[in-house]
Amino acid sequence: MSGSHTVVEHGAQEPFLQHHFHDLGQQAEASKIGMWLFLVTEILLFGGLFVGYGIMRMLHSQAFHEGHLHLDRSLGALNTVVLLVSSFTMAMAVHSARTGNRQRLILFLAATLAFAGVFLGVKYVEYSHKFHDGLLPGRFYRHAGDSVPGVAVFFSFYFVMTGLHGLHVLAGMVAISWLLRRAVRGDFSATYYAPVDLTGLYWHLVDMIWIYLFPLLYLIS
Amino acid sequence: MTAASYLTEQRGLRSWLFTLDHKRIGVMYLWSTLLAFFLGGVLAMLIRLELLTPTRTLMDADTYNKVFTLHGAVMIFLFIIPSIPAALGNFVLPLLLGARDVAFPRLNLASYYLYVLGALMALASMITGGIDTGWTFYTPYSTSTGGAVNLVTLAVFVLGFSSIFTGVNFIATTHKLRAPGMSWFRMPLFVWGMYATAIIQILATPVLGITVLLLFMERVFGVGIFDPKLGGDPVLFQHFFWFYSHPAVYIMILPGMAIISEVIPVFSRRPIFGYRAIAFSSVAIAGVSFLVWGHHMFVSGQSVLASALFSFLTFLVAIPSAVKVFNWVATMYKGSIWLQAPMIYAIMFLLLFAIGGLTGLFLGSLATDVHLHDTYFVVAHFHYVMMGGVFIAFLAGLHYWWPKMFGRMYSERWSRIAAALVFVGFNTTFLAQFVMGSRGMPRRYYNYLPEFQPLHVVSTVGSWILALGLVITAGYLLASLRKRPDAPPNPWGGMTLEWQTSSPPPTHNFETVPVVDRGPYDFPPLEAEEELAGRRA
Amino acid sequence: MSTHAENKNAVRTYSIVLGALLTLTAVTVTAAGINFGSAFINVVIALAIASAKASLVALYFMHLRHDRPMSAIIFVTGLAMLAIFLMFCFLDTLSREQVQPGLTAQAPARAVSISARILSAS
Repeated sequence: MSGSHTVVEHGAQEPFLQHHFHDLGQQAEASKIGMWLFLVTEILLFGGLFVGYGIMRMLHSQAFHEGHLHLDRSLGALNTVVLLVSSFTMAMAVHSARTGNRQRLILFLAATLAFAGVFLGVKYVEYSHKFHDGLLPGRFYRHAGDSVPGVAVFFSFYFVMTGLHGLHVLAGMVAISWLLRRAVRGDFSATYYAPVDLTGLYWHLVDMIWIYLFPLLYLIS
Repeated sequence: MTAASYLTEQRGLRSWLFTLDHKRIGVMYLWSTLLAFFLGGVLAMLIRLELLTPTRTLMDADTYNKVFTLHGAVMIFLFIIPSIPAALGNFVLPLLLGARDVAFPRLNLASYYLYVLGALMALASMITGGIDTGWTFYTPYSTSTGGAVNLVTLAVFVLGFSSIFTGVNFIATTHKLRAPGMSWFRMPLFVWGMYATAIIQILATPVLGITVLLLFMERVFGVGIFDPKLGGDPVLFQHFFWFYSHPAVYIMILPGMAIISEVIPVFSRRPIFGYRAIAFSSVAIAGVSFLVWGHHMFVSGQSVLASALFSFLTFLVAIPSAVKVFNWVATMYKGSIWLQAPMIYAIMFLLLFAIGGLTGLFLGSLATDVHLHDTYFVVAHFHYVMMGGVFIAFLAGLHYWWPKMFGRMYSERWSRIAAALVFVGFNTTFLAQFVMGSRGMPRRYYNYLPEFQPLHVVSTVGSWILALGLVITAGYLLASLRKRPDAPPNPWGGMTLEWQTSSPPPTHNFETVPVVDRGPYDFPPLEAEEELAGRRA
Repeated sequence: MSTHAENKNAVRTYSIVLGALLTLTAVTVTAAGINFGSAFINVVIALAIASAKASLVALYFMHLRHDRPMSAIIFVTGLAMLAIFLMFCFLDTLSREQVQPGLTAQAPARAVSISARILSAS
């Protein structure tokens, strides 16, 4: 393989361009591929839980039905609405970043962060209610008066699935706070907004997982 | 050498620990995985020594269980999975593509530190009681046994993320950082192999993550998913485990095949036969690898329908594997073969991998598997694939790129002696195990019937020969580092981009961005060949 | 870079998508209260609605509709792998006793007729 041309040195005018990329476009595309690959790993991580859930629900359909009656359907629906709206505000934040509107970017990021906080707040209320009633995972299950065995398995899945999802919401909040700080500092522009874009993708995936968790856990008929 | 190399441009421990240079990270990975291999190797020698006699030789049964578990876990999670992609691949892949670095250098360094963290956690389990579950952590035993299972499951979780990060990096790098003119079908086949490996790393490893997480939860909270007492299903654990761990076998072998695809054309001086067939067969192996995991569970209580389906699908893997082997052999046909250490190991790979691959078909067919399952036949089979395949390919790659990595040539004479010892030692160790297994010697047993002793003695003596070969290898490679740098930029006459830069390369890989206008194995006619022939003489 | 019209356009699209997502949430809650004849049909309906919602999020909020195809290829490959995983695990669990009718007698307590449970669920 022959032929060559001299290395083009990057000017100092692009402070966020890493040395091994030619331009911000290439860098953004690479990071987007990286982000989607990461999202796929998240899908398969939760996917394992969904497969386990599916098999166990098939084996213990009565117990899963009885277990879900202990969940508060209206709180679950409320949280679904909260997360969907937060996805909307996140999409708006990405749009504001792309159009270079810093004020609206800050506004929508703050709104997304607030909705995420509401989601975790509602989750806290739900969890403490379950703790109080002894509806705990596996061997810590203390609830008396079930008509079928296996309700503990339902709550194992409830806590593992919503717990892992909650950790992802928390991680999302950390990422959005970081974006907020950078947005206030004025890092982002119409040419450089990849971190907002990527965090947005992550946040929508967290929303998407909840879209499945809601009917699977709260709406068993 | 004109400019300072990546090894000498910066000095001091800090310049290594905080480096973002893919070459330095690759070198750190290399030493770490070799250290893990040394540890796993010592454990293997202990196992073979214990099995010298039918009863106790030097350790009690409990210790023996912990030793073989640790041998398996260390070799798989700390050596074979990261060795070729994260050590050699990290170093070579951006060079092969004409890039300055991988797409995400910080993620790359994070991957290395997660590896170190996971390794330390796994080794800490040795001190805190050890584990005796085997590397597969099968439930319900793994949920009831004591010891450090919790720690090891978390270590595996962390190591999984390390592997995922490498995969993400390689895919993004291959898509976005190819040199001008390097179309997909001008990429060296090593890159295709790494790309296929990365696909599996990304798609399979998360399931391992959730599996060990659930196992951890099962032990801590009694979640019940794998516990029949609570209404769970232990066979489901095996599905979860093998959904990752079977494709993981291809995470191990595909990089090995990728190295062979580089070495054979260079040392045969012929363009690779069937470039596209080899490239696509890598991706095909990655795809089919996800459809066969149930062949580990033929006697586990899986349904007969599932077993039959998995058995059929297992045979499909043989097709792309055979496509590769035939293409390599066809490349060598009428070639001008140069028997340097990399090529010796590549030919050794062809032979040993053929034995390992074909015996896999015995195990993939339902009826014979019932007889052979959990015997030494299985042990011999996967050592032929993992050690005879992956490790020998790793040695081929190490010898091939050693001059590039460190700028030193190693002793040609000693490398041949060592290769002969490795070949003889390996076959003595594991051929005997095929015979034992087919006669019914179960794997993982501490005591055995005295009738098996002669073959066990042969196997143990073989392991000594093998170890001697590897000690000599370590000796001449390390000795080469003490010499003055003497490797030319292109000692083997390779046509891929890494040979166009100096040995060792400068920090930014290339003084000028290479422009690619031909395929990776288009060897020039005549004058360059004569020059090379002069060097061979 | 941004025109006023483009700006308004995006806001309108996102608002319509949000409206559709909230409507589908209401639909799935309502559907859960209706007896469609078997629990299985209810699960299928709930998952179909969830998938419609997830598709809206992926296509519009995550820009898959207008993005380079690479993102969608990665995403769909991941979903395909999950489908394979799901399919084989269910295939095994569902076919264990149908193919080995004699096994139930020796199997541990867990293996109480799975098919009976599926029937009783419906």
